[in-house]
Amino acid sequence: MRLFKEPKIQFLKYKYFAFLLSGFIITSGIVSIVQKKGLNFGVDFAGGTLIRIKFEQPTPIDKIRGALKNVGLGQSRIQEVGHEKKEYLIRTITLKEKEELEAHEIMGRKIVDALKKHEELGRFEILSKETVGPAVGHDLRKKATQATIWALIGMLIYIALRFQISYGIAAILTLTHDVLITTSILSLTNREINLPVIAAILTIVGYSLNDTIVIFDRVRDNLKISRKRSFEEILNDSINQTLSRTIVTSFTTLLTVLALYFLGGEVINDFAFTMMVGVISGTYSTIYQSCPVVLAWHNIFKKRKK
Amino acid sequence: MRRKTGWRLGLTLFILGLSIFLAYPPREKIKLGLDLKGGIHLVLKVITDDAINIETDQEIARLQEELKKKEIEFTSIKKEKIGKILIEGIKSEQEGKIRDLLDDLFGEWNFSIRGDKVSLTMKASVASYLRDQAVKQAIETIRNRVDQFGVAEPVIQRQGMGGDRILVQLPGVEDPERVKNIIKTTALLELKLVEAGPAPDKETLLKDYGGKVPDQMEIVKGDPKRTPGGYYLVHKVAVITGKDLKNARRSVDEWNNPDVVFTMTSSGAKRFEKATSENIGRLLAIVLDGKVQSAPVIRERIASDSASIQGNFTVEQAEDLALVLRAGALPASIKYLEERTIGPSLGADSIRKGLTATIIALILVMFFMVFYYKLSGINSVVALILNMIILAGALAYFKATLTLPGIAGIILTIGMSVDANVLVFERIREDLRLGKTVRAAIASGFSKAFRTILDANVTTIIAAIFLFQFGTGPVKGFAVTLIIGISASMFTAVFVSRLIFDIVLAKRRKVEKLSI
Repeated sequence: MRLFKEPKIQFLKYKYFAFLLSGFIITSGIVSIVQKKGLNFGVDFAGGTLIRIKFEQPTPIDKIRGALKNVGLGQSRIQEVGHEKKEYLIRTITLKEKEELEAHEIMGRKIVDALKKHEELGRFEILSKETVGPAVGHDLRKKATQATIWALIGMLIYIALRFQISYGIAAILTLTHDVLITTSILSLTNREINLPVIAAILTIVGYSLNDTIVIFDRVRDNLKISRKRSFEEILNDSINQTLSRTIVTSFTTLLTVLALYFLGGEVINDFAFTMMVGVISGTYSTIYQSCPVVLAWHNIFKKRKK
Repeated sequence: MRRKTGWRLGLTLFILGLSIFLAYPPREKIKLGLDLKGGIHLVLKVITDDAINIETDQEIARLQEELKKKEIEFTSIKKEKIGKILIEGIKSEQEGKIRDLLDDLFGEWNFSIRGDKVSLTMKASVASYLRDQAVKQAIETIRNRVDQFGVAEPVIQRQGMGGDRILVQLPGVEDPERVKNIIKTTALLELKLVEAGPAPDKETLLKDYGGKVPDQMEIVKGDPKRTPGGYYLVHKVAVITGKDLKNARRSVDEWNNPDVVFTMTSSGAKRFEKATSENIGRLLAIVLDGKVQSAPVIRERIASDSASIQGNFTVEQAEDLALVLRAGALPASIKYLEERTIGPSLGADSIRKGLTATIIALILVMFFMVFYYKLSGINSVVALILNMIILAGALAYFKATLTLPGIAGIILTIGMSVDANVLVFERIREDLRLGKTVRAAIASGFSKAFRTILDANVTTIIAAIFLFQFGTGPVKGFAVTLIIGISASMFTAVFVSRLIFDIVLAKRRKVEKLSI
């Protein structure tokens, strides 16, 4: 079976439309981030307490909120897990940066006590309780940013060594594009940024580059074979030649990510969602961001030399 | 042209066998992270300033003694701040004498003399040594306590290089609050003579002393949980401290209430005997972590080497106190920075869901590969299964911890590692279309795709390595499975997959068609 028989799609014709689309998503993402006063960091990064509880009987969310209101914790974020109205995630409101871990912990304990006091809620089990102090959150944020930046630099160097600097820069711009698109969608869909999500973003960086390199590799080969064609034509040919591979690999990866998203459980759900966005964005950006950038670079720098 | 398959088949089977040997049975061989088996994860910070502070106090006492011995006059000596001592009111003719003394006996300090003042600053190297020691001692003490409490396979280690943070992971602990308290208690026991008190407030306590705390004295509070509260004026220098303890255990007092009985070393017992004989009728405060637990009256000279701490203890509290006294005091106080408690049921749930997702992902990808590449797809299925087995073997060999994100890494590996197969197959198809023979197409397909596979995978591994560097627990697990999985995929999809083609084709003389 073959998906495409000798595809000859003029991908690069649509590059401006692609720039517009990416620009639109990223712009609305930035607007959303500004509107929400920054990214929605989970307890890992923002600090705070996250309690996961499971009631024996189905319990409506309003009753839980009511119980918490009585002790002045009505602002806590309550999120249902699954659809049985039994399992919930409760996150205490974020305290000021300076507050010590103890303050978060006391709030966490207050929540548990308040729920215990309201006997009509029935028995419940605390599945997990996580408290992260502001110092750790701050550290993690710094480390995550550093890891992402260093990973990008490491890849830039690798590609510059194996290919050319223009390919490296195109690849890095593509990856930045993917990170921005993913972060935008996370903000637009109100997802929290926690440790696994950062792991997902870094994986996307690796994955998207994977795609980009496969095409660049082809370009390198084709440049040796056919010297008569224009650079743009060679780029377009290379995209077409690797198209079935791009689609097949993206599809198998997407299959596994979907399995994770639907079957992996709530704990890993944000991770799976991020990966899903990233796989799609990574595939699209390889064709529509990295190649046009290489082309633009080529048109600007190589033409002048002549 | 035929390629020899013998040694390649041997190597493949050897790696397969080794991986199975390493990973079987997986329940025992593969270490699960806390997020999968439940337990507590704590990150704590040792307040190393405490260690410097204590050292400064002790040095002040020593300095005072030495100054007296050398008959050097001064008006006051005090701690300016931690690691900094100020002596005031010295005479200029004694300056040389002070210099000699400080040079000879206080080499750990830098000093400067200005007028009638001498200021001493702890050397930076000494301070950092003390801080380092404080963290190391804290780790030892915590390990002692955790061991005595009986936690299987605890992880207690310093986080980062030379930092002041300690990571404590205790799998399968049921009562996190209790363990946290046991770890956090400084457990600094001091028996101090009471000068005055108890009094309801500080003013009443210091009425007879002109409202000022006398030299060599300090005020300590009564522990509200054990005593009626109030304030005590006690001698700064303790009669005995936790260091003089030989043992401690839970017992009961004469009214059958739980208490803690401790025995002293012989030198401790001697000092205890001397102090009790000289101070009959006065109170002796038992101070734990700066709070008076009880202050019994000394009725007679006590020659015994054991004594008890009484208070309103529950059996559990008495047990825990005896435990921390046995394990020794922390050299500095600690603060929790992060704590995560994961219940065992959530962990089991995560494992179940993770496994389901993995199996479904495997089946979907395998099905697709066979559907799309027909018989050659089976080739990639074999490679994929081998990849999973090698992954398990490598996890067991490196003693890597499998976490939930780690399972996600495995699932991703399934999707991404067939990429190498896809690259090869697509190249073979292209070459077949160009009219090459099957054998030639396979040979050129593999060789052309290899460079691409290498370049593409190296970049993913670069990302994973940085992730490993920065990551904590679960995320590290993800990076590990991804790195191993992708590396293994290069072996299975290039080496093993080629081998399968060669074995299958070796049996036939002429190959005209390839199912791909």
